[in-house]
Amino acid sequence: MIEITEQRIESARLIEMVSDGGAGAIDVFIGTTRDNTKGKKVIKLEFESYAPMAIKELGKIVNRASNNWNILKYAISHRVGLVEIGEPAVVIAVSTPHRADAFDSCRFIIDELKKTVPIWKREFYEDGDIWVSAHP
Amino acid sequence: MCKQNQEMEVTIVAYGIARDIIGTSELILKVDEGITVKDMLTLVKRKFPDFEKLTSLLLAVNEEYVEENHIVESGDELVLIPPVSGG
Repeated sequence: MIEITEQRIESARLIEMVSDGGAGAIDVFIGTTRDNTKGKKVIKLEFESYAPMAIKELGKIVNRASNNWNILKYAISHRVGLVEIGEPAVVIAVSTPHRADAFDSCRFIIDELKKTVPIWKREFYEDGDIWVSAHP
Repeated sequence: MCKQNQEMEVTIVAYGIARDIIGTSELILKVDEGITVKDMLTLVKRKFPDFEKLTSLLLAVNEEYVEENHIVESGDELVLIPPVSGG
């Protein structure tokens, strides 16, 4: 399952989705919104995405992960719109027969997501806002 | 015989900081038929020099990343991809 959603992400729902009788491990990554960047107070965050392409790119990442590790089931949800501080912005759940594959594949998916998936984060401070990573 | 370049109209969609730079979410351009993605990006950067300040700028064609020598066809879905920051 891959989704881009405006709703709050409930990680329990994703864990349930990847539950599998053949699994010996489920790994879950939850990326949450932090209240500071380089010492600056962040008051709110907003994500936007080019959703159809984001879903396609996430599918490609999962395919690459499946070539490297034995993934039984996966569930990926990325939030868009306004996200309050401390809430999940992304949740990735992976089930595998053994734990090493669960840890490694889950980490691979979040690392690659950050490189290629067309999603953009805007941080709002008390004195303005920036699109994260836009400038060197 | 001298062959004249045919022009076509393309619409480029902009998200994130790209939309802020252009000032609107859709940019309509008249370009030569057979234009590459690289030349299209050069055109966009010339029109909006603030794009030069970004870490990177890509053009997705029909929901895919493409090589810079990829030829843009009339009717392609074109989207400017500034540096991504999901997760």
